[in-house]
Amino acid sequence: MNHLLRSHAPISDSGWELLDSEARGRLTPALASRKLVDFSGPHGWGYSARSLGRTSQLAVAPCEGVSGLQRSVLPVVELRADFELSRSELRDADRGADDADLAALDAAAHQIAVAENVAVFHGWAGAVTGISESSPHEQVSVGADPDAYPQRVASAVERLLCDGITGPYGLALGREQYRAVVETAEHGGFPLLDHLRKILGGPIVWAPGVNGAVLLSLRGGDFVFESGQDLSIGYSSHDDEVVRLYLEESFSFHVATPEAAVAMKP
Amino acid sequence: MGFDQYHEPPEELPPATRTFARLCASLTEESEALGWYEQRIAVETDPEALAIMRDAQGEEFKHFSMDLEFLMRRTPRWREIAQGVLFQTGDIVEHGEEAEAESADGGGAGAEGGDVDGSLGIGSLRGDAR
Repeated sequence: MNHLLRSHAPISDSGWELLDSEARGRLTPALASRKLVDFSGPHGWGYSARSLGRTSQLAVAPCEGVSGLQRSVLPVVELRADFELSRSELRDADRGADDADLAALDAAAHQIAVAENVAVFHGWAGAVTGISESSPHEQVSVGADPDAYPQRVASAVERLLCDGITGPYGLALGREQYRAVVETAEHGGFPLLDHLRKILGGPIVWAPGVNGAVLLSLRGGDFVFESGQDLSIGYSSHDDEVVRLYLEESFSFHVATPEAAVAMKP
Repeated sequence: MGFDQYHEPPEELPPATRTFARLCASLTEESEALGWYEQRIAVETDPEALAIMRDAQGEEFKHFSMDLEFLMRRTPRWREIAQGVLFQTGDIVEHGEEAEAESADGGGAGAEGGDVDGSLGIGSLRGDAR
């Protein structure tokens, strides 16, 4: 048994399979950053930091005649979303009910996916430096008119090319922007989604939590999501009525090439 | 010919499984090449040709190792069993049996989760983006 303490939960093996499957189903569509940036790991719960290969000078040395440097590391952060489920619902699922109420799990899965997206794309104060806050490019507006998206995205792509940032490129779209793109057909009926894909040469990703849009190169080596413990369901406690669980992960995020992305505000 | 690595209809397979199958095929090809070089080296008498083949075999060792590492990263139970077998001293079969038994006890779906670390095993979703 590991730190998740799953064996202590009053949940059957088939119950755990149901919960894991439900969580995967909810998380996978929403984990936008993992569809666009490099992924390293998982390195396990015991993993605490990524080496940055850099040092800082120490102000004082242990004694005269020597100097000291301190290695710089990027510590992992932990994200956790607690939820509780009805034990009665889980017992019904064991009996074969295919409509068990797992709404609390679904909500927690969505929230932790949003949190991961926000941390990677926009940053997490004091913990994670995100893509958009690292980008040296001036933020442009994606605008309210979907018909203008191709011109603005093409302009952002051209800006990356000017910096020698090659494609393919991916586009993370906030909920409103994604909806606008999917429902829009340009003059002549050509889907806007397809037009944008042709400009990008890469995917367009639904990214709940993203404010506006973020365009980034997918050539690799520019953005690294480093997973410690990958997303997992753990056990907290239970009583006669409910079992209290949580979704958790640990990760760090490193921007190696800040100029490889353009943030586009709403 | 080019799609022989698939045992099931490719269109029914998720992207991650197709990638897994490609790397399994690559692993097979690398190990075949290792065997071929080993045989050629065993019979070759020209020192210059031998040096070239040893160098080439070294490349295959590297390719095989990279394929294997990739596959084990994506397959935690495989990784767990391999950790009990690889780079250990002692009886290989014994280590293998122990590692498999420990994995069966602690891994798989259920209370310890679908992945060896108890995680949901989501990892990278690069192949899922369209």
